Amino acid sequence: MRRGSAVLPIFILITWILVLPVIALDSGNTDHQDTSNNTDTVYKGGSQNPDIPDFFVPPPPFSEGIFPCSGCHKEMKPNKQRRKLEMFHQDIELKHAGPQQWCLDCHNADDRDKLHLIDGRLIDFKESYLLCGQCHGTNFRDWKAGVHGKRTGEWNGKKLYRLCVHCHNPHQPRFKPLAPKPPPVRPEDIK
Amino acid sequence: MSKKIRNNPLGIKLNRRNFIKGSAMGLAASALPLTKKADASFLDVFFQKHFREMSKQEIQEVLDRFEKTYSEEYGKKVSVKATPAIPGVLFGYGLDLSRCIGCRRCVYACVGENNQSRDPQIHWITVLRFKNGEKWVDLENSESYYNPAEVPEPDHFYMPVQCQQCENPPCVRACPTQATWKEPDGIVVVDYNWCIGCRYCMAACPYGARHFNWSKPNIPPDELNPETHYLGNRPRYNGVVEKCTFCIQRTRAGKYPACVEVCPVGARKFGNLLDPASEIRYCIENKRVFRLKEDLNTYPKFYYFFAT
Ligand code: HEC
Ligand code: HEC
Ligand code: HEC
Ligand code: HEC
Repeated sequence: MRRGSAVLPIFILITWILVLPVIALDSGNTDHQDTSNNTDTVYKGGSQNPDIPDFFVPPPPFSEGIFPCSGCHKEMKPNKQRRKLEMFHQDIELKHAGPQQWCLDCHNADDRDKLHLIDGRLIDFKESYLLCGQCHGTNFRDWKAGVHGKRTGEWNGKKLYRLCVHCHNPHQPRFKPLAPKPPPVRPEDIK
Repeated sequence: MSKKIRNNPLGIKLNRRNFIKGSAMGLAASALPLTKKADASFLDVFFQKHFREMSKQEIQEVLDRFEKTYSEEYGKKVSVKATPAIPGVLFGYGLDLSRCIGCRRCVYACVGENNQSRDPQIHWITVLRFKNGEKWVDLENSESYYNPAEVPEPDHFYMPVQCQQCENPPCVRACPTQATWKEPDGIVVVDYNWCIGCRYCMAACPYGARHFNWSKPNIPPDELNPETHYLGNRPRYNGVVEKCTFCIQRTRAGKYPACVEVCPVGARKFGNLLDPASEIRYCIENKRVFRLKEDLNTYPKFYYFFAT
C-alpha cells in the first residue's frame, strides 16, 4: 500500500502515541559520551567475525524511544534521496566523511533495525564496530586489542568493551569536549 | 633472605609528640615478657614487626586489629586485606597522550578509591598541561591549575603523572627505615606503620609522585572506601608519605585500577608485562612508547605513547 506524503505526519503522530509507551521501556541512553557501566544487559560480541575474540559490550546508546526503528519505518517507503530531513530526525546533522556519506551507506534501507556493511551483509546495532571498522582499520585493530577505546572489568579475565558509538556519535564522530573537574588546591591555599 | 630488615623502633606511627614518652615505655616494656594478643593497644602497634618479616598469622592479627580500629573510627565495616602478589605478574601501565583530554576524572576517581585526604587535599595524580610545540617533559614548569569551561583546549595536550612504579626506585633506596619497598609484582608500596615521615623518599622521587600528610587525613566516613589493602588505601596517619599503588586492592583481585575504569576517552591501559597477550604488551610492541626521565635509569613501568 502506498501512502501519500500528506498522510505521513498523521501516521507518525499516531505511531508516537501508540508505540512510544511500549518502546520507552526499552530505553537506552542519549548521552553518547556516557560509557555505561550497566553490565546487566551486555551482549556477546564477535559472533560474526572469527578475528574477534568474544567479549562483552553494553547495549547501544540509543535515545529513548527510537528503537526499534521499524516501529515507523516498516510502514514507510525508504527514500534514498540525499536531502534535508524535515519531518523527523531533524536533529541529525551528518558531519562525517564530508558529502560522500549518506544515511543509507550505513543504515539498511529495507530493514531499518539493521546496519549494513559494504558487502551488503546486515549487522545488528550491537555490532556497529564492524561498520566503523571498514573505514577505520587502525582504530578497529587497536580497539580489538583494548588499546583504542576502553575496557573495564578484569585485566586478567572478563572484560567489558565500549562500542565506538559510546564515545563517537556516528553522525558527528569527533569526541565532544567535557567540563574538567576542579584543579588542585594551590600549595599556598592549603591550610 | 640475605638482607635482614632492621628492627627499627622509630617505625612506629603514633602521636609523634609522645615519641620520647613512647620509646621510654617501649624500653620499659621490652624488659617484660610480651604476650601476643590481638588488641588495638598501643603496645601492639608499637611492637609491630616489619611487614615482610611477619608470619601469615602475625599479618592476620595485624589486619584484624586494623579492621577493628578503622571500623570503629569510621562507623562502618572496613575490610583490610594483604592480598599478596600474583606469581608471574609484573604490572605495567600505558597512557595514550593523543587521547587524554585533561578532564581530571582520573584524579578524583583515585581520591575516592584510595581514600586520600580531602582537606588538606592530597591527589596522587597530577594532570599537566602543555602547549603544542612547547618544550615539555619539563615537569617542573608545567601548568596543573588550568580550568577552562571545556577540555580539550585547542593547541594543548595533557599529561597525567602519578607514581611510575620504577623497577629501580630511588625512593626505596632513600628510605632510612625500609618502610617502602618494591613488591614482586613491581608495585612500590609504603607501610604507614613504619614510615617516620622524614620525606627523604619525596626528595628522591624525580616524578613528584609521593605526598605527605601534613595533618590527620580527613575523609568523610560515608565516602570512605571500605575495601582496603594494608599496603595501599587503608586510612593513613598524620605525618606519613603516600602514593599511587596501581590500586593494589583492586589489581591484585584482578580488577583494573580505578583511573583506567573512569577514563572517558580510554587513554589508560593496564596489564601484565609478562603476558604477551596483554594490552600493555600490545602498546609496547605496536606504539612508540617512552618513559619519563629515562636518562635517570629509574626504569618506570609506566609507558606514555601517542597512538596517532
Ligand atoms: C557512518 C554510518 C552512519 C551514517 C552515515 C548515518 N548513521 Fe545513523 N547511526 C549509525 C549508527 C552506527 C547508529 C547507532 C548508534 C547507537 O548505537 O546508538 C546510528 C543511529 C541512528 C539513529 C538513532 C539515533 C538515536 O538517537 O539513538 C537514527 C535516528 C539515525 N541513525 C538516523 C540517521 C540518519 C537520518 C542519517 C542520515 C542523515 C544517518 N543516520 C547516517 C550510523 C550511521
Ligand atoms: C517516530 C517514527 C520514526 C522512528 C522511530 C524512526 N524514524 Fe527514521 N524516519 C522517520 C521519518 C518520518 C523519516 C522521513 C524524514 C524526512 O523525509 O524528512 C525518516 C527518515 C529516516 C532516514 C532517511 C532515509 C529515508 O528512508 O527517508 C533514515 C536513514 C532513518 N530514518 C533511520 C532511522 C533509524 C536508524 C531509526 C532507529 C534508530 C529510525 N529512523 C527511527 C520516522 C522515524
Ligand atoms: C565509509 C567509510 C566510513 C565509515 C563506515 C565510518 N567512517 Fe568515520 N570517517 C570516515 C572518513 C572519510 C572520515 C574523515 C577522515 C578525516 O577527516 O581525516 C572519518 C572520520 C571519523 C572520525 C574523526 C572525526 C574527527 O573529526 O576527528 C571518527 C572519530 C570516526 N570517523 C568514527 C567513526 C565511527 C565511530 C564509525 C562507525 C559508526 C565510522 N567512523 C564509520 C569514513 C568512515
Ligand atoms: C572510550 C571511548 C572511545 C571508544 C570506545 C572509541 N573511541 Fe575512537 N577516539 C576516542 C577519542 C577520545 C579520540 C580522540 C579524539 C577525537 O579525535 O575524536 C578518538 C579518535 C578516533 C578517530 C580519529 C583518528 C584518531 O585515531 O585519532 C577515529 C577514526 C576513531 N576514534 C574511531 C573509532 C572506532 C572505529 C572505534 C570502535 C572500533 C572507536 N573509535 C572507539 C575515543 C573512543
